[in-house]
Amino acid sequence: MLERLENLSALYANPHRFMKLAARLHAPVWSVALVVLALGLFMVSGVPDDYQQGATVRIMFVHVPAAWMALFAYSFIFFASLVAVVLRHPLGYLAARAAAPVGAVFTLVALVTGALWGQPMWGTWWVWDARLTSVLVLLFIYLGYIALWEAIDDYGRAARATSILAFVGFVNVPIVKFSVDWWNTLHQPASVSRFARPALHADFLYPLLVMGVAFLFLFLAITLTRLQMEVLRQRLRVRQSEI
Amino acid sequence: MSGWRILQALFARELRLVLRGGHLMPVLAFVFICVILMPFGLGPELSLLQRLAPGLLWVIMLMAVLLSLDRMFQADFEDGGLDQLMLLPVALEGVIMAKISAHFVGILMPVLATMPLAGLLLNIRADTVMPMLATLLAGAPALVMLGAIGAALAVGVRRAGLLTVLIVTPLYVPVIVFGAGALARAMAAPGTLDVAAIAVLGLISAASIFLAPPAIAAALRAGLR
Repeated sequence: MLERLENLSALYANPHRFMKLAARLHAPVWSVALVVLALGLFMVSGVPDDYQQGATVRIMFVHVPAAWMALFAYSFIFFASLVAVVLRHPLGYLAARAAAPVGAVFTLVALVTGALWGQPMWGTWWVWDARLTSVLVLLFIYLGYIALWEAIDDYGRAARATSILAFVGFVNVPIVKFSVDWWNTLHQPASVSRFARPALHADFLYPLLVMGVAFLFLFLAITLTRLQMEVLRQRLRVRQSEI
Repeated sequence: MSGWRILQALFARELRLVLRGGHLMPVLAFVFICVILMPFGLGPELSLLQRLAPGLLWVIMLMAVLLSLDRMFQADFEDGGLDQLMLLPVALEGVIMAKISAHFVGILMPVLATMPLAGLLLNIRADTVMPMLATLLAGAPALVMLGAIGAALAVGVRRAGLLTVLIVTPLYVPVIVFGAGALARAMAAPGTLDVAAIAVLGLISAASIFLAPPAIAAALRAGLR
């Protein structure tokens, strides 16, 4: 079965073929991202004010999807590195490298919007509770990952070393997700993933889910564009070394 | 020569290199300089220092480990010894454990031994010394193993010090959270030993001893090809 997967992935291992596919996907993915984002923002503008928090509750519609994408991006890096190492697909390394800065920015957005929301809500910009600390740690994992790519000159060595770092750092992702359940501290525990009865009212839940989908497509669009850039940069590197 | 004898000889050689190489003195000096600077920054009020002492010593030990990571693989990489070690007829993980054990015995155990003395300078309470040492001992292997992962990933990179710290610090956070938690519980109930928290710390250390060597070996192989 592994052989079949390898044959399947070998289909787009050829950068030329991949670039043709990427060029075809580029416009549709960006269009979907921008349309869903517009729809999401429209729905958010129609959300009623929370009786306790007033209008500041709307920060949630940026903060929560950004946090979801921060974790998703790292899982993306993990699986891209897995594909690269196990299936020996050359684009896996480039996909992971492409997604890293995007994930780092989403993490930073989650932290900053969280602080902006926390100040009126809890009376403090920052607190060292479980979830905030582990998301901050996630940001440093991203920065370390990007720094390792930049520090090693040889592309092959850098690719292998960073994939190892991606595997080792993946331990932090379940810690972030479940930290609020394990250590009951200030940040609110999970409300959406209780599928039977999410603790969020429909008026708030649907705009949140739409914004989540919008951020997902935004992530995919930006990563696809960056991946095309990484392939071109790799081509440039090869040409430069041939001179 | 059997594999085990090779590893014993390797451990002895590494230990001799560590002890003769003068690597211990800078680390000890760093620990004491930090301890001396604390009262200047925090104020000489003894009761405050007493409350903070165990936590401060935990962080200082963590930074001492970070400081000593440089010497783990870099010197051998530069003079070609690492290539030779990878060609030995024993598993690379065994070689790595021999190196790390020598590093631990040669540098970290002396640092741990001086912790009570450093605590004295910070007016640590006598009945918190044993719990503090217990948590430090339970957490130190995890710190060394995770640090070795960072050192191996950054091997061969010029001026890799800051890169290693950046890679390793996120991995240290769970260890220090548990360590500080165990310490806080020990301080709250003086004279007792919070076995549960120390056991969790020991579990993290044991897990890292088993799971880190393959990662370190992969990182070294990636760095040397």
